[in-house]
Amino acid sequence: MTTRPSPRTLFDRIWESHVVVPEGDDHPAIIYVDVHLIHEVTSPQAFALLRERGLPVRRPDQTWATADHSVPTRFEKGRPAFIDQAARNQVAALERNCRDFGIPLFGLGASGQGIVHVIGPERGLTQPGRTIVCGDSHTSTHGAFGAWAFGIGTSEVAQVLATQCLLQARPRTLGLEIRGDLAPGVSAKDIILAVIRRFGVAFGRGSVIEYHGSAVRSLGMEARMTLCNMSIEAGARAGLISPDDTTFDWIEGREEAPRGKAFDESVARWRALATDDDATFDRTASFDAGTVEPMVTWGTNPSMSCGILEPIPTPCSPGERAALGYMGLEAERPLAGTPVDVVFIGSCTNARISDLRAAAGVVRGRRVHPDVQVLVVPGSAAVRDQARHEGLDRTFREAGAVWREPGCSMCIAMNGDRLQPGQLAVSTSNRNFEGRQGPGGRTVLASPVTAAAAALAGQVADPRPYLEGGTP
Amino acid sequence: MKPITGIVSATVLLDADDVDTDQIIPARFLSGTTRDGLGAGLFADWRRDREGRLREDFPLNRPEAEGARVLVAGRNFGCGSSREHAAWALRDAGFEAVISTSFADIFRGNAVRNGLVPVEVDAAAHAALTANPGARVTIDVTEGTVELPDGGTARFTLDPFARRCLTTGLGPFEFLLSHLETIARHEERAASTS
Ligand code: SF4
Repeated sequence: MTTRPSPRTLFDRIWESHVVVPEGDDHPAIIYVDVHLIHEVTSPQAFALLRERGLPVRRPDQTWATADHSVPTRFEKGRPAFIDQAARNQVAALERNCRDFGIPLFGLGASGQGIVHVIGPERGLTQPGRTIVCGDSHTSTHGAFGAWAFGIGTSEVAQVLATQCLLQARPRTLGLEIRGDLAPGVSAKDIILAVIRRFGVAFGRGSVIEYHGSAVRSLGMEARMTLCNMSIEAGARAGLISPDDTTFDWIEGREEAPRGKAFDESVARWRALATDDDATFDRTASFDAGTVEPMVTWGTNPSMSCGILEPIPTPCSPGERAALGYMGLEAERPLAGTPVDVVFIGSCTNARISDLRAAAGVVRGRRVHPDVQVLVVPGSAAVRDQARHEGLDRTFREAGAVWREPGCSMCIAMNGDRLQPGQLAVSTSNRNFEGRQGPGGRTVLASPVTAAAAALAGQVADPRPYLEGGTP
Repeated sequence: MKPITGIVSATVLLDADDVDTDQIIPARFLSGTTRDGLGAGLFADWRRDREGRLREDFPLNRPEAEGARVLVAGRNFGCGSSREHAAWALRDAGFEAVISTSFADIFRGNAVRNGLVPVEVDAAAHAALTANPGARVTIDVTEGTVELPDGGTARFTLDPFARRCLTTGLGPFEFLLSHLETIARHEERAASTS
């Protein structure tokens, strides 16, 4: 008699194949890391620890580095315009550490450089079934490919450098079904903002969220990355989507992807990883994306959002009142119409080529409002080059936007691209925390088309009238 | 890391939920390459106004906060970025424990690895602390208890490994390094099956 193997989730399968030492009474499991990505801000202290202990990097061949957080997005006289000596030192330290320990680096000015979560997938490093870590919370982005990917602290970066492993308590699984057809002008960014509004910023704590359902299947890979990217804003360290043909097609032909027969074999293996229909999650939830409108945030955490035409809800906690006060906004009035100082189109959430195409589609042939400073920062050098190839950089420039070199830029405001106190920005990034984009700055999170509409209107605006050549 | 088994200290109350790591240590303090001196950036944009003056009404700036080693804050403390600088900054400013009703996942791990005790208590215990800002508490890390200002004792859970790391000062690094042979065997096995 043959017994059918018990139904399993994608996460169950990845966990089981990466346990080196199972969980014991007094210790978590040791988990193997397939891909370790590092950047300049959270790695220097880890390398210092290795040096202190005289340890080598165990698998430089499974480690990749880039400089993204503190790099300038501007050049002056052909040289990168660092904000200060500290930022320059940090990038120099990364270069030295990579050289000393034999780690490939996609450094400033290199063709492979970019935001760490944009270049991983772009190079084909992000593959289904892999474990991927980085000293950065938006590592969750890579889960779009069916990889278990999560952010770690710097001490853990040191542990992975030295042992290629981490200690992990097994997270719970949370199956989130997203159904419904997206309305025109609504994107993955709007869905995830609506999900976080509905379920809260601590919804995913202790869990890996697997997104499934018809609305998820219909999304392209870049939109899926946007969805998984903001899992951390829902409190989960990782988001996952079971791989399918959309995934395999996107990976095929990329630098680090298997080729020929090896690719076909990989696809067969990857396909078998997907969550079984009758598998059970520790928790489940369901969300209808069919009614989602273009979303904007009105507060200082990503759950404080509403539809673009909807009135800002009446605050119902001291935290919400404080947030509204910080933002200088009034409840019971829609956010649309609020004057905007800056528009930022960038970040690992929304600076891939499809995002830039969407935003360019809105601004093409129009002028940005004279009172708005518009910054467009491609997610990687490859995105920049593709955008140039398609003439998108020209579209943005001709509209009056500023086109920059790749990096995290105003998402984290470490490199000098930042808001002045009191300025209000519509941003395609992921965090609207107080001062995130510069001390005293105010952030409204939105999709690329909503950000582009704000750039034209000079105020928070509904993107839908601007789509497909419409005239608002 | 210094072993930490118990803390007797006054508390500082930061009565806010969802305190994110961008508030704990703003990004402009992350440009260094060492972990020293980050206490100067702790809650920088809440401690000082835009002109750089100390805000007297911010709890950490009050005279009674001087020397306190325990921070009491609202739920979901440490959400947002994975920056371990948040734990370093709290430690550098002299904090040895944070008491909350819940912690964000990455922050909790970062705290434990730096000798900062994440004390997760229930709502009643938390209410007893928020009703008595500044009150002294006694935290027993080995037993997992906090003696509250109202005379009660609250329990908090730490997974056994976290407790061991905190009370012995020995971290996960040593544990992982003691398994290098098993890790090598896993690599061989994985290479032969893929
Ligand atoms: S773009 Fe923003 S969120 Fe993404 S890695 Fe950079 S700083 Fe972090």
